[in-house]
Amino acid sequence: MSVGAFPMTQMALRARAVSKRFGNVLALDDVAFDLERGEVHCLVGENGCGKSTLIKAISGVYVPTPGASFQFGDDPPVSKISPAEAKARGIHVIWQDLSLFPDLSVGYNIIFDAFVERPFALSERKVALQRARRTMEDLGVSLDLDMPLRHLGIAQRQLVAICRVLQTEASIIFMDEPTASLTRTETENLLDIVRKLSARGISIVFVSHRLGEVLEVCSRVTVMRDGRIVGTFPAEGMNQKRLAELMTGHEFLDSRREWTSPGAPVLQLDGLTVPGQFQDVSFTLHRGEILGLTGLLGSGRTELAHAIFGMTRPESGRILIDGAPVSLRSNRDAIENGIAYVSEDRLNLGLHQTQSILKNTAITTLRELSSPSFYLGPESIRTLCTEWIGRLRTKVSDPSLPVNSLSGGNQQRVVLAKWLATRPKVLILDSPTVGVDVGAKAEIFRIVNELTAEGMAIILISDEANEIHAHSDRILIMRNGRITKDLQPGDMAEEDLEALINA
Amino acid sequence: MRTLLQQFRRLGSAGELVAMVGVLVASILLFGAIAPGFYAGPVFSSMAFQLPELGLLALAMFVPIISGGLNLSVTYSANISGLLAAFFVKAFLVHAGWVSLPVALAIGLSSGLAIGFAIGIIVAYVGAHPILVSLGMMILLRGLGEWATRGGDISGMPDVFATIGYGTVLGVPVPMIVFLIAVAATAYLMGRTKEGFAIYMVGSTPAAAEYSGIDVKKTLVLVYSVSGMLTGLAGILMLARFNSVRVGHGDSYLLITILACFLAGANPFGGFGKVLPLAVALMSLQVIASGMNLMGASQHLATAAWGAFLILIMAIRAPFLRQNK
Repeated sequence: MSVGAFPMTQMALRARAVSKRFGNVLALDDVAFDLERGEVHCLVGENGCGKSTLIKAISGVYVPTPGASFQFGDDPPVSKISPAEAKARGIHVIWQDLSLFPDLSVGYNIIFDAFVERPFALSERKVALQRARRTMEDLGVSLDLDMPLRHLGIAQRQLVAICRVLQTEASIIFMDEPTASLTRTETENLLDIVRKLSARGISIVFVSHRLGEVLEVCSRVTVMRDGRIVGTFPAEGMNQKRLAELMTGHEFLDSRREWTSPGAPVLQLDGLTVPGQFQDVSFTLHRGEILGLTGLLGSGRTELAHAIFGMTRPESGRILIDGAPVSLRSNRDAIENGIAYVSEDRLNLGLHQTQSILKNTAITTLRELSSPSFYLGPESIRTLCTEWIGRLRTKVSDPSLPVNSLSGGNQQRVVLAKWLATRPKVLILDSPTVGVDVGAKAEIFRIVNELTAEGMAIILISDEANEIHAHSDRILIMRNGRITKDLQPGDMAEEDLEALINA
Repeated sequence: MRTLLQQFRRLGSAGELVAMVGVLVASILLFGAIAPGFYAGPVFSSMAFQLPELGLLALAMFVPIISGGLNLSVTYSANISGLLAAFFVKAFLVHAGWVSLPVALAIGLSSGLAIGFAIGIIVAYVGAHPILVSLGMMILLRGLGEWATRGGDISGMPDVFATIGYGTVLGVPVPMIVFLIAVAATAYLMGRTKEGFAIYMVGSTPAAAEYSGIDVKKTLVLVYSVSGMLTGLAGILMLARFNSVRVGHGDSYLLITILACFLAGANPFGGFGKVLPLAVALMSLQVIASGMNLMGASQHLATAAWGAFLILIMAIRAPFLRQNK
């Protein structure tokens, strides 16, 4: 199938007056949304702005408030869509969790839906699997159909999910933050596939917080805020800063960090080596300094952070805090020595998702909270939590609610709170803005800048060149377990840094 | 219905306790109405003598469940602890009078502690699943116990044991006092100490606890050590009440202790659950057993009633859990 086999302006979907109310909250307020056939359309907005609700209204999960109208192609408009109708019209949603089966093979994951409809069609599985193989070939994907899904990385699973929806007729595919946990190369591959699908006439609605790639892949972008559509704009002529302003409703100053002269050395690494992870890493971190640490996935940057945090023991080399060598047998020793680590994996390692905000905040300072007696009172936990909610301006209605009731940005503030409560000298931030929307990102860096002004030293790990460039005093690039570059961001443009990281 | 659910949710963990007290009151009222003479004193005091054994074993099960594990060896650990104490007392202290009691208690507690500590070390440092480790321990203890007693009873404790088993202080049976002290101690450990806090966190997400600086291994050893000590206490209480030990006694309690924990709202996957609702839930189970007994139903039918009761409570609880998601 070639591009241009259909007129580009043909409408795939025209949605009008879509509203949805949950209790007192108007999640969607008179939304109008148009989708052309074969276009890649990005849907952006801060968490809670109504993107997911809109997707669910279009895909038949939610019934909108009466008065809505959905028109598909030239068919007569309807006021609501059932899940079955959505399916029949080829509307698919690939949610961020992908809804795949880890213990089934790649092939069975792809052909799964066929068997849900006709459970006894097992005799046809050969045919179905062949079709799955053809789908993969068409997309230029090579995966072993017999391999259990659980052996695949997130990027490959993403491809499996895409192949799965292509087993039935697809006209509109919604993709919910498909690139959130992909590396740059993986993202490029995925965007290529998105373009291929669009060339076949499938309309793609792409939800992402990464505004750079949003502008790279889509032809139009719709911005939502507080349940309303701010506007739909052509990607051409739009820039990230403008998008961020539209999403949040307030202006962003160009927030490059002011360079400050560093204070006394607080952390020194001297020839630190963990075999198979990183070799001979040496650097000095000063009070009040933000050291950007970047490099491709697998370059050893997270492994290095783990060693500084005492989670792995180096084979050779020394770690010095305030000039004195320390031996870190566990992260408890590291915490004792004033090192804190905000993990890149907030979901599994950073927070106890189902536990309360109170408990998540108190977990790192249990000893201080219960000393000098053995009594750990709920009052002292609440006091601590309230203090940090105030200082970090975390939006919390009730601190006894589970932490997963918060948005990504507020969750990250709880992580920051629990580590700041240990009064660290060195704070390691590993990809602190993953899954955090643009307004909250700016807030997190505002907090970080305040901390450095008080003398805290920060190691900022990120693979987003613009983040590292804008917020670091010094930048180290890692590659294959070694530090290959030591740079000053003031001396170079962001694009040059990006080129160096990917070189 | 919906607003009722929401109001109930606002009570949070206190809601669990309120619900359990409600269930207890309901079962008392029920049997008060249908079982003749239910409100008479003897019924309540007989309950107060029977409940503590099951109660202590349920506490010993509760702590591992909160940590995301299970201790299947609770009953046999109690048996062996009682057995060791009985052996020692019979060999050296038959005529020692009241001294035999603290010695027996010390032996029972240390024996339970040692068994629990061993489980904890294996779970924490070998990384084997607690179900498998404690199952292995259970079978090991059972075999050893049956070998040592040749399947029979060890009896003939000094009279002082009966004062613990059947004595009262200000009208309250001594076993009940022991149980209430254990409930208070466990509730304090779990709810008001950093160790208890760590147990909930380890039960919730071990990896996140480790990254937050909690010593997960040490916490697990503590969990099973505490559990073991509680079984030791239960073992001594059983010894005092029956004036004998038989390996296998209380065998049928094992699954009841697990169900009592879930009945009281402990999360099967760990991280959530409170001690006080458990204590109240156990009282409800005892009310049912005594009520049925009073009505002349067989012991087995009482067990069946427990099963039905647990299923009923789970069914009532389901919508509340859904709200929490």
